[in-house]
Amino acid sequence: MSAVPLLKVNDVSKFYGSRIGCRNVSFELYPGEVLAIVGESGSGKTTLLSCLSTRLMPTSGIVEYHMRDGQYRDLARMGEAERRFLMRTDWGFVHQNPADGLRMTVSAGANVGERLMAVGDRHYGNIRATAKDWLTRVEIDEDRIDDQPRAFSGGMRQRLQIARNLVTSPRLVFMDEPTGGLDVSVQARLLDLVRGLVHDLGLAAIIVTHDLAVARLLSHRMMVMKDGAVIEQGLTDRVLDDPREPYTQLLVSSILQV
Amino acid sequence: MNDLATYNFAYLDEQTKRMIRRAILKAVAIPGYQVPFASREMPMPYGWGTGGVQVTASILGPNDVLKVIDQGADDTTNAVSIRAFFQKVADVAVTTKTKDATIIQTRHRIPEETLKEGQTLVYQVPIPEPLRFLEPRETETRKMHALEEYGLMHVKLYEDIARNGHIATTYAYPVKVEGRYVMDPSPTPKFDNPKMHMSEALQLFGAGREKRIYAVPPYTEVVSLDFEDHPFEIQQFDKPCALCGAENVYLDEVVLDDKGGRMFVCSDTDHCEDRRAHGHAGQMLARPTQESQEAAE
Repeated sequence: MSAVPLLKVNDVSKFYGSRIGCRNVSFELYPGEVLAIVGESGSGKTTLLSCLSTRLMPTSGIVEYHMRDGQYRDLARMGEAERRFLMRTDWGFVHQNPADGLRMTVSAGANVGERLMAVGDRHYGNIRATAKDWLTRVEIDEDRIDDQPRAFSGGMRQRLQIARNLVTSPRLVFMDEPTGGLDVSVQARLLDLVRGLVHDLGLAAIIVTHDLAVARLLSHRMMVMKDGAVIEQGLTDRVLDDPREPYTQLLVSSILQV
Repeated sequence: MNDLATYNFAYLDEQTKRMIRRAILKAVAIPGYQVPFASREMPMPYGWGTGGVQVTASILGPNDVLKVIDQGADDTTNAVSIRAFFQKVADVAVTTKTKDATIIQTRHRIPEETLKEGQTLVYQVPIPEPLRFLEPRETETRKMHALEEYGLMHVKLYEDIARNGHIATTYAYPVKVEGRYVMDPSPTPKFDNPKMHMSEALQLFGAGREKRIYAVPPYTEVVSLDFEDHPFEIQQFDKPCALCGAENVYLDEVVLDDKGGRMFVCSDTDHCEDRRAHGHAGQMLARPTQESQEAAE
């Protein structure tokens, strides 16, 4: 891990009118680090993720990103063109529902190749070769390259969505409940895959989940949210093995044991 | 004209024409950009050229000579009725000769004869948005145009190659205008795309139902999108026109019987007639005089 943070979040709050989305969240994310945001439904996890990934504008606070040229840029002050360019090159966003992140009516190959074409790749052969390579890396058979995602199972769709996001070698990936709605064996495979990819590519990732097992497997650090505020944060193993806040203790103790 | 209440010249009222002319000027100033305009109800159904008719009505003057074509032909229903419409409401001269016309309203073709400076080609456009079938949200497509995010257009071409082994889009083939806006050239065959590039004539596009006008001014760069390893190609035909023997023109297939008989003839009827008048003859052109002479002998 390098000494300079990739993302600096300072006192971010989001209000929906008088209702609180999230409030006074501050943290730093370093390259190669995986941060899990956990908490129950309605605790502000997804709002926070949207604020960080510029899908929502924070009501107050600053989110700064370390650009490839070494400068820190305030995301809220970036032009829309630049922000969208950043989102489709240096960032990835994995939605809970793969249909939100994929183009369901075009083939798997085109889904993976879209970002390449968006940054100006105009060689069909190269795009296809890269798409095949990525399908293999996410354990989808090469011969499915011309199938549409709607012919894929839920787990395959989610893996395809991951491939589509990683094809431009982003440095930061946001994931919103990436394993939601998948059965446990498929979940395990996906987690294994994500863990391998994050490690191999040196990705930084922010993963929103309500599943503490996902956080345990994937993340280095975690933040626990309740009622829009971060109530506890620290190394994942520390927080899960030695929770300090009463709410975290409740959360950890409510995991079902088989 | 008699004393009875009558239409304003060229059907539309002057305020409407003024509004449309302003949209046209804006469209000419930003080649390929779709300018919204307050499209009027016209005395014909949507899809029959309401956009093209409004553009023509707005630029038409009493001294203009109008030609109307539909799929290249001067004598099909749509062409005949629009021509008759303007004869009635504007009393303008009409022609079927491409070179004599000052304004040519077209549906689905560009005439074979190269257009000259001073001529205006008006296209009838059903769906002006080239990104529509990939991105249904208008707010999003407008943003994509504004930010020049055209990767999606290549996704469509990629899909074509992945499914068919080559770019199978044969009409409404997307073009980039003057290095900036991606534009749908209306459902003309891609055979006609190269004719748009650096054309001497002004090209105006009117979409009545979708309420958009866009334009390609004279001498503007129009480049068809493609891949480096799958370059843009126009359709090729095996045989020349069966009536006039023309090669390198766009041909229509005409089924002759129920035993697989067919012929390929020029889609541009004026071009075909002109060639025949100059003594060109194709394989299947009937030569009654010659035959009757032979019979007599």
